[in-house]
Amino acid sequence: MAEVSLTGISKSFGSDVALDGVSMTVPDGSFVVLLGPTGAGKTTVLRMVSGLDTPDSGHISIGGYAMAGVTPALRDVAMVFQQYSLYPHLSVRQNLEFPLKSSLLNTPKDEIDRKVGEVAETLQISHKLDNKATELSGGEMQRVSIGRALVRNPSVYLMDEPLSSLDAKLRSDLRVELKSIQANSGATLLYVTHDQIEAMTMATHVGVLDHGKLVQFGSPREIYENPVSIYAASRLGQPRINVLPSDCFGGAPAKASSIGLRPEQIVQGEGEDSLVQRVEHLGDQTRLHLTFKTHDLITVTDAHTDLKRGDIVKIRPNNPFYFDANGARVA
Amino acid sequence: MAQIRIENVRKEFGSFTAVESSSFTVEDGEFFMLLGPSGCGKTTTLRMMAGLDLPTSGEIYIDGEEVGQKPASQRDIAFVFQMFALYPHLNVGKNISYPLLSQGMPKAQVKKKVAEVAEILGITDILNRPVGGLSGGDRQRVALGRAIVREPKAFFMDEPLGALDAEFREHMSQELRALHDRMGATTVYVTHDQLEAMQMGDKIVVMNHGVVEQFGVPQQIYDWPASKFVAQFMGSPPMNFLDFKGSVGKEDNAVTLSGAEFNIPSMLDGASGDLIFGIRPEHVRLDDAAAYKGRVSATEYLGTTQIVSFDTPNGPLKVRIPSSNKINVGETTGLTFDPRTITIFDAENERALLSQANEGVLKNG
Repeated sequence: MAEVSLTGISKSFGSDVALDGVSMTVPDGSFVVLLGPTGAGKTTVLRMVSGLDTPDSGHISIGGYAMAGVTPALRDVAMVFQQYSLYPHLSVRQNLEFPLKSSLLNTPKDEIDRKVGEVAETLQISHKLDNKATELSGGEMQRVSIGRALVRNPSVYLMDEPLSSLDAKLRSDLRVELKSIQANSGATLLYVTHDQIEAMTMATHVGVLDHGKLVQFGSPREIYENPVSIYAASRLGQPRINVLPSDCFGGAPAKASSIGLRPEQIVQGEGEDSLVQRVEHLGDQTRLHLTFKTHDLITVTDAHTDLKRGDIVKIRPNNPFYFDANGARVA
Repeated sequence: MAQIRIENVRKEFGSFTAVESSSFTVEDGEFFMLLGPSGCGKTTTLRMMAGLDLPTSGEIYIDGEEVGQKPASQRDIAFVFQMFALYPHLNVGKNISYPLLSQGMPKAQVKKKVAEVAEILGITDILNRPVGGLSGGDRQRVALGRAIVREPKAFFMDEPLGALDAEFREHMSQELRALHDRMGATTVYVTHDQLEAMQMGDKIVVMNHGVVEQFGVPQQIYDWPASKFVAQFMGSPPMNFLDFKGSVGKEDNAVTLSGAEFNIPSMLDGASGDLIFGIRPEHVRLDDAAAYKGRVSATEYLGTTQIVSFDTPNGPLKVRIPSSNKINVGETTGLTFDPRTITIFDAENERALLSQANEGVLKNG
């Protein structure tokens, strides 16, 4: 396992700037999740680290070794893609063995058997080892493609939305599995997603990308509780943070132009009147859609609330965030 | 707009039974969700309602008229697919007006209708643009426009948001629901995402292996699942299942788990042997004084709340508590359960036992 470091990485495709001076250290044994919407540059970062693409400027090192000019095969990284790519004519076992049979690794037979057995066990596909790859369900195929990365013990795993093609339930099962595999093996993992639940539950560190720039890097808790901007604050939290003009409530600092309120930063039952537009029951969470002085906001309330459309609820901010006109955090 | 009634509908593909004798009713103006894992038969059910597949047996009524064996073209419905198909060589306005022109509606009237629909969807300013350069959201709006412009009796949607990224999906789901509230059109919507189902649906049908497991109002299904499958499928993390041996009889209102007694809703049903004590993660409280103990095995930070995993004498248990509560892995603490929220399942058939609390919900679905 190894540390990965990126220093001043920039990359343009024609006139599109995909990455703009990204510097970041993925500590040895950490689970780093890159978060951002489509087009933020997440996948480009992975491709730079894997060697599938080369940066226009900046450098990358893995385990202390500079990667400039090193081919993907020699970088000792394992990559898992969103779309599983298995060899359809081979069995699950043969698919899993394949990376170990590479002439670069030259792994002995009994070692291969042991590794494949171990990985199949962890991913709960032991009973399917002798099936053809094409005889598996989507979830099983994706587990095999994750397994193919795991058998290798590389310096770093690179995963590009490996769970996003799976259905919701399986995705939540595999989140738990992936997290525990990483925690138990001490692997270094760089993982790309636009799903904030994956970032929240699996990451030791989250990197927030915005149009090719790394705007914040820290633990999920740091980014949730201490975001640097409206953009970073909006990446995490369900329902999303409410952003209102700062003069809605009193007490805003002079530089502030907007106020950011997560559900737990809104006290109900005190302060000024807001109108209930909708009560949304989501099982574990009940959301209140409110109108406060012509502004819409969403907060969370007790599951067994009696509130209904048309009711009045008093609200006031509690330790809110303040942002300036550019969206940067000021308090 | 219309009521849609499904009675004993069954679909076989060769020797494979995709849907086994489904019955439920979609009321006029409802936003109705078909929910379940891949392969549960939800899409097949939708396709039969729309007339894209014909049932092997059973009846389908749209507004009281039996249409089971009629093709889609004779049912006056509109279908929105996961991959929105637009005519690439036509502009936005022409894409939307196409269904009306092909029905032979006069041009002036078509123009008026398209303008109305564009207004509802907020796409008036792009009516003359080619569809090629549109963003995913606008393409989705155009596809919807083409479906709603005909004012069909009902809309059928098969995971229309499935291909979008998480943030955008949330935005579109709110937009779809708001659109439905303005138009009041009967809508049947297929999804595998329980949160989407809870968020958008007036009613939900939960399917598994071609069988309707439960049917009803989202919060009621969440609170009072009819089976272990539903309890597991709805909710993230799912309901906790603590295994115990014992017996419950009619009018019992307590059970004993590993020596600790817990109050439960008064039972209307009895069972003995292997039983399951079902409790949602948000209905467990930590209380050092409580007799029933659990050891913290993991914590997951989720922002507002955190999920704490415990090992208990009756199996693993996940608890949702505010993130402000400090708790460490390895600690042992007492646990209490909100007695009003508990469901007891029979481990053998995995069905919920009837109690005073869930009677109302389980009797009508």
